Amino acid sequence: MPKKITIEPVTRVEGHGKVTIHIDDEGNIAQSRLHIVEFRGFERFVQGRPYWEAPVLVQRLCGICPVSHHLAAAKALDVIVGAGTGDGLTPTGDKMRRLMHYGQMFQSHVLHFFHLVSPDLLFGVDGDPAVRNIIGVIKKFPDLAVQGVMMRKFGQEIIKATAGKKIHGTGAIPGGINKHLTQEEKDSFLNGPDPMNIDKMISWSQDALAFLKGYHKENKDFIDNFAVFPSSHLSLVRKDGAMDLYHGVLRAVDKDGKKILHDVDYQDYLDYIGEEVKNWSYMKFPYLTEYGREDGWYRVGPLARMNTCDFIPSPLAQKEFEEFKAYTHGKPNHMTMHYHWARLIEILHCAELMKDLLNDPDLMTGELVTKGTKRSEGVGLIEAPRGTLFHHYAINENDQLTMANLIVSTTNNNIPMNTAVNLTAKQYMTGQKKITEGMMNAVEVAIRAYDPCLSCATHAMGQMPLEVVLVNSKNAIIDRMKR
Amino acid sequence: MNKILIYGFGNPGRQDDGLGNAFVERLEEWVQNEGIQNVEFDSNYQLNIEDAATISDKDLVVFVDASVEDIEDIILTPVDESAKVAFSSHSASPGYIVKLCHDLFNTQPACYLLHIKGYEWEFMGGLTDKAKQNLEKSLELLKEKIRNPEELISSFVPTELCEN
Repeated sequence: MPKKITIEPVTRVEGHGKVTIHIDDEGNIAQSRLHIVEFRGFERFVQGRPYWEAPVLVQRLCGICPVSHHLAAAKALDVIVGAGTGDGLTPTGDKMRRLMHYGQMFQSHVLHFFHLVSPDLLFGVDGDPAVRNIIGVIKKFPDLAVQGVMMRKFGQEIIKATAGKKIHGTGAIPGGINKHLTQEEKDSFLNGPDPMNIDKMISWSQDALAFLKGYHKENKDFIDNFAVFPSSHLSLVRKDGAMDLYHGVLRAVDKDGKKILHDVDYQDYLDYIGEEVKNWSYMKFPYLTEYGREDGWYRVGPLARMNTCDFIPSPLAQKEFEEFKAYTHGKPNHMTMHYHWARLIEILHCAELMKDLLNDPDLMTGELVTKGTKRSEGVGLIEAPRGTLFHHYAINENDQLTMANLIVSTTNNNIPMNTAVNLTAKQYMTGQKKITEGMMNAVEVAIRAYDPCLSCATHAMGQMPLEVVLVNSKNAIIDRMKR
Repeated sequence: MNKILIYGFGNPGRQDDGLGNAFVERLEEWVQNEGIQNVEFDSNYQLNIEDAATISDKDLVVFVDASVEDIEDIILTPVDESAKVAFSSHSASPGYIVKLCHDLFNTQPACYLLHIKGYEWEFMGGLTDKAKQNLEKSLELLKEKIRNPEELISSFVPTELCEN
């Protein structure tokens, strides 16, 4: 009898998700889908609110990546207040926002790698779940665990110093920023007691890369062959082709590395990107309109950024980038598990950029805000930790928001995540009569590589158990597993 | 002098989910007015792994959170280490943070959780009237405890620390 296996919710993913795997009578995987219940009501909620509230309001979306939403909204409002389309801010405004953003990227990537991914690497995908977690990492690799915690703390302190506070930060405002960095803050980040200083963060970032590369050497088959599939890749890049996580033009390359979106101004994103709706998921499916719904999908995030940019403008990360590119002979890298390698290169890049900025006098002095002729519409894009994040707003003559459209990073990765789930299910579950915990975790490992953030409901709703439900072709539950 | 941390968490953009944050704001104001020196405050959307480092040098920690559970307005309970590992970093529990602190830094402050009952959780700022009443009750309780923290510290039973 055909079976449907449901994994709900997906563990160690930010938010909630459900995986359904359909198995036919012969034990083959007929279809696998990742369902995500994404709350779209937010775009209606902001309508009618004064536009300048948007960078704070959007932080209600999620307690995991509020800084990314804060900055993307502020960038869209820069356009509306006539402060240019991303490159019109004062040096202080631009650099303070960048420092905030790099702090966010740094801490988010660190959390993902050390807390969510390292257990799979250190104990194996099919390792004992009682040990395959951060507590297990602490017991077996205590130094690594402490590094993860302290690196995350450093990134959070950078955010606090630039955004003003941890909750509903107000640092970025339409047209700029609302504060300078103080001498005390600068000194503490540059010369703080060990380990809380930027040099230690750079050193630990290199250590993490060395750890992953060592693991890769020992586990090539897993890292290179797990959920591999060709795809296009999309991200912002600087106008000269450099990696730029804060601002740039929109570029996409196909599976062979050929440019298929030619460094376009993201204010015109609607000319290039469409969103398809499917009846089995609340989350939309973005695609490049020129290539259609079937072929126009793409990946975003750390792996995509490595594939789209020409170089990384910081010396240590550039060296790592060259090694990364050489691994696929300069061609796009389609290996899902290499997201982690790419993510660690970005951690190093952000640490280097933070050091440069902390030594820049513009952070401590200079004009904070610039404004010009007001416009009625603006688009703000940013490379969030999980990938390209789109914010688009329109206002009326009373300065009220009349339209908001958000395409979040996880939405951009919708088809890639589904593809990865399907491949993994086929690899691990075909012909199996009993679904083991290890097999379930393999599916989750594929999803986790994309670090999806499924906008959180209020945390007060409680813990997330893992529940596995087997349903037959008549939709009757035939088995259930929960941990 | 005992080092005390009051840590509120929640999202003030989700109505009563902001009870913990509002509590910290109000109590901090009171502590300043009273001239009390040894109390630190923190506030965030949710607890996370770095908080294990934050609490590691404290004698007393009180986490403050909104509750959807069927409790009687407010409840103050000791935090036991949670053997249950948090699978998502968006929902680390106080018990999980205490366990991380113990395992990473081999120390364990006296930790309590102050749960304040909330009622509404939509995309709106501001607390409901019933939540405001509970907030006032919880403030009165903690003011009394902060004036005499030894009682909370001495009555807390820590998990046995590692020998190393």
